[in-house]
Amino acid sequence: MTASVPMEHGLILCAILFSLGLIGLLVRRNIIFMLMSIEVMLNAAGLAFVIAGARWGQPDGQVMFIFVLAMAAAEVAVGLTLVLQFYHRFKTLNTDAADTMRG
Amino acid sequence: MNIVFYISGLVAIVATVLVITLRNPVHSLLYLILSLLAVALIFFTIGAPFAAALEIIVYAGAIMVLFVFVIMMLNPGSEEEDRYKQLFNPKTWLGPSVLATILLLELAYVFLQNRGIPSGVQEVGPKQVGIALFGPYVLGVELASILLLAGLVGAYHLGRRSTGGRA
Repeated sequence: MTASVPMEHGLILCAILFSLGLIGLLVRRNIIFMLMSIEVMLNAAGLAFVIAGARWGQPDGQVMFIFVLAMAAAEVAVGLTLVLQFYHRFKTLNTDAADTMRG
Repeated sequence: MNIVFYISGLVAIVATVLVITLRNPVHSLLYLILSLLAVALIFFTIGAPFAAALEIIVYAGAIMVLFVFVIMMLNPGSEEEDRYKQLFNPKTWLGPSVLATILLLELAYVFLQNRGIPSGVQEVGPKQVGIALFGPYVLGVELASILLLAGLVGAYHLGRRSTGGRA
């Protein structure tokens, strides 16, 4: 890692990808796009773990990446079921339809 | 090896920007898969081939299929005719194809240069990852299995109620 790419550049890439995911989450109102943005953010976090693990040549980063992957799979399964439920109830994918609590 | 990292990073950023700006969910999903493939190539170049394989198999293979299923079930918006016209319109598939070709050329470059082994990088292979995963992190594996079980039960429960007639 030290011989090829500096770790800072990898972490900058992670920060850019995470920020893009956050911007997407805040800007989009379509619930499917919001879930995709969450995926982008989780992926950026996993990338940061793997880059840090590769910097010191330890497998711990990849182990944490596997945990992030399992978490993302569980989150997507529940999240997409909620999307289906949302669509059945409101007949739209716009999250502003569910503003009963005036949030 | 440096140049592969930077080009992959650029492809990942471009694809992610398109993910959050495009209007059609299916196009957005295509670019999200491209972004994941670019990140997998980055994993490969920094010496984490196991993470790269998992990224492609689990993320781009399994999780994205769930998204495709849900988008197809909901089928939001446009009519059937438009969709067939879009399928053969070069504008819809040219962008993803160009980015995917860039990634493929990079992969070919890596393999042709020194038979797939990144140079100047300490590689952390699947064996080391497995030893760490089932050694000091075995409690985390158990917790992840409980989390997946909870996700399964939760998804089943929520999915059943939508057809159960309540609400």
